[in-house]
Amino acid sequence: MPVYSEKVMEHFMNPRNVGEIENPDGVGEVGNPVCGDMMTFHIKVKDNRLEDIKFKTFGCGAAIAVSSMVSEMAMGKTLEEAMKITPQAVADELKGLPKQKFHCSNLGAQALNKAIKDYLDKKKGEGKK
Amino acid sequence: MRKVYLDNAATTPLLPEVREAMLPFLGEAFGNPSCLHSWGDAAREAVDNAREQVAQLIGGDAEEIIFTASGTESNNFAVKGLALAQQNKGKHVVVSAIEHFSVLHSARTLEKSGFEVSLVPVDRYGLVDPDDVRKNLRKDTTLVSIMHANDEVGTIEPIKEIAKITKEEGLVFHTDAVAIAGTIPVDVKELGIDALSLAGNQFYGPKGVGALWVRKGVRIMPFLDGGVQEGGRRAGTENVPAIAGLGKAAELARANVASRMEHITKLRNRLLTELPSKIKHVVVTGHLQNRLPGHASFCVEFIEGEAMLMLLNSQGVAVTSGSACTSRALKASHVLIAMGLPHALAQGSLLFSFGLDNTSEDVDYVLAVLVPIVDRLRQMSPLYAKFTKTGKGGK
Repeated sequence: MPVYSEKVMEHFMNPRNVGEIENPDGVGEVGNPVCGDMMTFHIKVKDNRLEDIKFKTFGCGAAIAVSSMVSEMAMGKTLEEAMKITPQAVADELKGLPKQKFHCSNLGAQALNKAIKDYLDKKKGEGKK
Repeated sequence: MRKVYLDNAATTPLLPEVREAMLPFLGEAFGNPSCLHSWGDAAREAVDNAREQVAQLIGGDAEEIIFTASGTESNNFAVKGLALAQQNKGKHVVVSAIEHFSVLHSARTLEKSGFEVSLVPVDRYGLVDPDDVRKNLRKDTTLVSIMHANDEVGTIEPIKEIAKITKEEGLVFHTDAVAIAGTIPVDVKELGIDALSLAGNQFYGPKGVGALWVRKGVRIMPFLDGGVQEGGRRAGTENVPAIAGLGKAAELARANVASRMEHITKLRNRLLTELPSKIKHVVVTGHLQNRLPGHASFCVEFIEGEAMLMLLNSQGVAVTSGSACTSRALKASHVLIAMGLPHALAQGSLLFSFGLDNTSEDVDYVLAVLVPIVDRLRQMSPLYAKFTKTGKGGK
């Protein structure tokens, strides 16, 4: 098996918040299948807080664990707090990721950020109407 | 929990008879075969005996066998040694695009010292067309190396037909037979080739030992300089226990080849037909007829190989994948890409390789655990979600 921490294995075997949200407030997608990993995050926002997060991931064990971890770390946080979650913070919370996999699998924070930006952009658009 | 080993392409287990044949040389018979006393004699006899056994497995002569430390070493030795020995005739080498890295990277090393290398393409089943080999030949070509069978997709190449061409053109032809020697009958004279690599741990022998057969009269540069072991072409004190084990494994493989083939082909065929009938959107990789007997390989769409492998392992099943995430280089299998598979599909590669210990119940078990694993990962996959919503992306 790849050398994964117990925490990575635990999140891979029991991933939290897998799925999609009907009528999400924001959607973020990063990666592509050519490089190996791809993630989609759906969010629901209430009073500037992440009320719900769901993800889908195509990729290795680390990519799935990262997505699960990010969703757990960000749940209930304010948008500003959630956007401060870095790939390094996710890796730390997972008790480390294999060095060569750090960049390709560690796209969860980026995908979540994209979903939040998508929400903020939509909101801005609505404000203009 | 049931344990099912289906990674015999990576290594087969050691047969008890083979271990028995090795034990004396890990104990009282510790002599160095080069020594002129009774300890040396016992060790030398074991090495000579093994040389005969390995030669018989492939229809060669004992004096044409050079023992090495692995299939990788045999391939390095052959590609570099055969090309260098002929470099005054020309510096062009032809290999296929799906060779093992020990051949491909050896060819790349030759390029650094002024050689040129041409890669012969393969079709979607991983087959080399002998005409394509001919098209890649030049006036300065001296060596052609095409594998006998590919370990990743199981395809068996038309070696005899390619050897006809190289013979016509007066070229040296090496084949990497590591995945096939000891599994199905291989006869170097019938094939009409000049050199062949094999490895012990592919047919129930020990790891760390292989052999290179080089037809008498074909020149090869020594691989290790030193004493006169292996005819001065591969110096160094012999790994006597491993060589004795390789010899015994070769003898057993030759004696039992028919029954072994029948056993693993039957199991393999079940998986090849039943897996795609139980799981939708699965592509069989490799050639369906010209195929290694114990070899079943697939690409499962919309999901990634390492994740499947980890979940299978959690159910006690050992397999391999050619996905980018499982390779240390993080690159998708060069074999699958050379066969024209899209990257996303190659990511879902799974390889099952059967061995003597497997049973029909193993196939039942693997099918039973794999179906929910694929289902679970697909429920997690954004590619599958897109496919089910738009119908796009399926093969």
